[in-house]
Amino acid sequence: MFIPHSEQETREMLGSIGVKSIEDLFRDVPKAYRFPAIHIPPALSEMEAISNLQSLAEVNETTRDLVCFLGAGAYNHYTPAAVDAIIRRGEFLTAYTPYQPEISQGTLQAIFEYQTLISRLTGMDASNASHYDGATATAEAGVLAYHQFRGKRTKFLVSCAVNPQYRETLRTYMAGICNICVTGDESDHDPLEDWKYLLSQIDTNTALVVVQYPDFFGRVYDYTELAEVVHENGAMLAIVANPMALGLLKAPGEFDADIVVGDGQPLGLPLSFGGPYLGFFATKNEYVRKLAGRLVGETVDHNGKRGYVLTLTAREQHIRREKATSNICSNQGLMALAATVYMSLLGKNGFKQVSELCYHKAHYAAEKISKVKGYSVCSGKDFFNEFVVSCPSDVEEINHHLLDHNILGGYNLSNDYKKLGHHMLIAVTEMNTKDEIDALCEILEEVNHD
Amino acid sequence: MNIPANLKYTENDEWLLLEGDTVTIGITDYAQDHLSDVVYVEYPVSAGDKVVKGDSITTIESVKAAAEINSSVNGEVVSVNEALTKSTGDVNSDPYGSWMVKIKISDPADVSTLMDAAGYEKYCAERSH
Amino acid sequence: MTEPTIYELSSKGRPGVTYPEPDVPLAKLPEGLVRKDLPFPELSECDVVRHFTRLSSLNYSIDSGFYPLGSCTMKYNPKINEEAARLPGFAHIHPLQPIETVQGALALMYELQLWLAEISGFEQVSLQPAAGAHGEFVGVSIIRAYHLSRGDSKRNRMIIPDSAHGTNPASSSMNGFEVVPVATDANGNVDIESLKSVCDDNLAGLMLTNPNTLGLFDQNVMEVLRIVHEAGGLVYGDGANLNALLGIAKPGMLGFDVMHFNLHKTFSTPHGGGGPGSGPVAVGKHLVDFLPGPIVTILEEGNEEVPPLFGFEMPKQSIGRVKAFWGHFGVMVRAYTYISMHGPDGLRKVSEFAVLNANYIMSKLKGTYRVPYNRVCMHEFVAEGKWEDAPDVRALDIAKRLMDYDFHPPTNYFPLIVHEALMIEPTETENKQTMDAFCDAMLKIAEEAHKDPELLRSAPHNTPVGRLDEVKAAKDLVLCCWIPENE
Repeated sequence: MFIPHSEQETREMLGSIGVKSIEDLFRDVPKAYRFPAIHIPPALSEMEAISNLQSLAEVNETTRDLVCFLGAGAYNHYTPAAVDAIIRRGEFLTAYTPYQPEISQGTLQAIFEYQTLISRLTGMDASNASHYDGATATAEAGVLAYHQFRGKRTKFLVSCAVNPQYRETLRTYMAGICNICVTGDESDHDPLEDWKYLLSQIDTNTALVVVQYPDFFGRVYDYTELAEVVHENGAMLAIVANPMALGLLKAPGEFDADIVVGDGQPLGLPLSFGGPYLGFFATKNEYVRKLAGRLVGETVDHNGKRGYVLTLTAREQHIRREKATSNICSNQGLMALAATVYMSLLGKNGFKQVSELCYHKAHYAAEKISKVKGYSVCSGKDFFNEFVVSCPSDVEEINHHLLDHNILGGYNLSNDYKKLGHHMLIAVTEMNTKDEIDALCEILEEVNHD
Repeated sequence: MNIPANLKYTENDEWLLLEGDTVTIGITDYAQDHLSDVVYVEYPVSAGDKVVKGDSITTIESVKAAAEINSSVNGEVVSVNEALTKSTGDVNSDPYGSWMVKIKISDPADVSTLMDAAGYEKYCAERSH
Repeated sequence: MTEPTIYELSSKGRPGVTYPEPDVPLAKLPEGLVRKDLPFPELSECDVVRHFTRLSSLNYSIDSGFYPLGSCTMKYNPKINEEAARLPGFAHIHPLQPIETVQGALALMYELQLWLAEISGFEQVSLQPAAGAHGEFVGVSIIRAYHLSRGDSKRNRMIIPDSAHGTNPASSSMNGFEVVPVATDANGNVDIESLKSVCDDNLAGLMLTNPNTLGLFDQNVMEVLRIVHEAGGLVYGDGANLNALLGIAKPGMLGFDVMHFNLHKTFSTPHGGGGPGSGPVAVGKHLVDFLPGPIVTILEEGNEEVPPLFGFEMPKQSIGRVKAFWGHFGVMVRAYTYISMHGPDGLRKVSEFAVLNANYIMSKLKGTYRVPYNRVCMHEFVAEGKWEDAPDVRALDIAKRLMDYDFHPPTNYFPLIVHEALMIEPTETENKQTMDAFCDAMLKIAEEAHKDPELLRSAPHNTPVGRLDEVKAAKDLVLCCWIPENE
């Protein structure tokens, strides 16, 4: 318990206020509803509480106990120890949003560096200070495009190879705006067809086209042609990217994307059962003033000393109120800091190295699996660290069997794609060893013989 | 508070100058004072666009606020002041010399029914904060 | 002394963290899609740790001092929260693992859902929203979905008091509502006549923060709820100020239809320099089907020997997904830890002392700073940062001068309805000595404002940087580090 007052102090304070007891301070609460009972368990001491939590935690099987081949939007990467050491510092952890810049230069400069790294990584001009996650960042791309065209363009084309949860979130956000049509990912479509099917649907009523890189199935494409057609029609192109892939692959900015969004979880953030993660949003200079979320800019103080400050705040909700294009207030400050530390620790070479490890190990795994009877890799030519495997039986059953051998199998694609029954999405990262991959193949072979 | 006598005014702190059938629009001294340092001016319209009352014709941002000018007339945009977007500080130092949009109007009554200088002065005085 | 950026510290060829060589054969790289250059800095681990350690020393934080930011509830963030969130069984589980392998995590979430519902007097909670504003968006979406489900599509107006946080009208606009303001009366309550005049058939609802951003519990709250309900509208409760109500009143019992929580305010999860937060949403029975999902539920009941099987389900008429996966689990663990350590008595004490502390500071300052609403406040209060006889001094100057006394300023310029507002929220974890020192500083500054106003206008003097040129920041927009030529 963290309340420091002694009884004596409490009395003195009541005296200063001029009331007899603390209850007197709540007279405005209607009597019938005052001081209701709360039926939750009684207080535990710190010692008891952490013991209780340990019991709960130990029930779970972790990626330390199991070999992980599961991705689909969250990835098991290695986080160097220095990341946590930095973000646990109270000066970062317990600081507030840097609205008073003179005493928040630590947070502000760190975010400025984050913005720089994300811009460079994605090949774009500018990045904001983060969104909640990749799904909401994608939704905000939709909101930006809507306002860019002042509501005059109502078609939002999304590839079915964009993460299903991201597409759902985009639809929820656009639901509040009338006449918007989010399309392109209809369920009768063959999900493994490549992105070219979108080309015929792009027209002058299209506000935004959204594709993913690598896509949800792990595949990698050059989107230059897509960007050309999108821009010919006066529309905008948003690419959802896996930041880890960008250590090896061409930056989406080089395809002439207008917006690049995604989730920064692979940048040193623990899996943590799905959150908190890190939505990033990068764009061209011409859209910077339409960006939602916080932005840190460089400036000087009255002595000419360099400093950083939240800028273009006139876009935000606390000023624009109902005219704001987004209501976003909190970002993911601490997660952005963690990602910044991670990218700084790895640097130009380390980051490329991890990206390459993921690539080569995934390709080794795909090669080996494709040789196991009953399984075939159907991702297509170029992929990063995830690929689709067509399996001889139900993915659920196969994963059950894998779990008996302490292996977390890939994602069951039939959960989201009706036409992909018996298809599994396998992810491989720098954490998977050759032996683990070989063992996976052995077990998969076993399953086929059952 | 500077309120030139030869202009018309709206309740949203815009000034209008009618010359022939063209009206020139900007924001008043009161407005720039409330916005404080203007850092950005943008025009969602360009020469040739038809506008009706209520259409947004200018977006102004300062460090602490954002404001939109919505057209109080019907007509066609003649020109917008691109130069102003490069020297936004002029809006503060010279609000009546910093025009934003010129519109060729269809109905002069749209302008004559607006407040005159005395009316605007009274309006400003009555606003309590 | 300016801290260089990571690019300025970078040195060509300097190795950072290294990884093992590939233990598999190298595959062919995709043609035409390989990156030519990655413009990242090159730093050693020591460089990185020193850089960020030095940066951290430039920050003010709860761990270093008093942070009376109104509306933010900057209470002490218990360190045990950090231990709990880092337990391997919580930190290293993938969100898409089979549910049988994560029953501990699901049990925690399920229990947290129940606790939050019980604390606030509602029927069901969704832990999905990632932050307060996200929760607001969800709450307003639920109201819209509710009316539409009853075939009522003309309800397109949302009433919002003029004292509301900017996220309220922004969330309403995002949902396509027209925002209708309602005034606050001289006692700091929603103006009843003003409210009645805007209640009609087109009313979707009211967004109400109670206690409001003036720190005042609405003395007519039951009447306000009744008026809106009679007009067919629903009432959304902004839970940012819940720190005043734990064990004091339950919004669900009062009659609110939906509300959001800020786990990073009321429930002590750290602010992290601007996030992550978590904004769960609670609803009454009539709105349960509309919650964003998936939410945690019991798939199979347990018995004495076997625990229940927890899993996920999507509410029947859900507004849909509002983010990926299940919400900010890491933040939930921290809030769960906090609630388990307080229990019902502890939670009530939190609010009692939060309110005591705010009233105490108000009693010491109101002779010197004008407090526009002369009433008992809740967990925060608003004072004016200006004096007739010190015309050169504004709230901003007082805020900057406070930094020279080693205090973080209170919230400035909010709520909008008080001029030169200073919103002060001490929270319950501050001791009397700290609050007395703060009050002394405020009184000294009031004196300085009259005797030597230039001291305030040129403040702060003792901070890493002085007042920053915000106009330059907006005009000469620089959002990225300068990067040396030869990279």
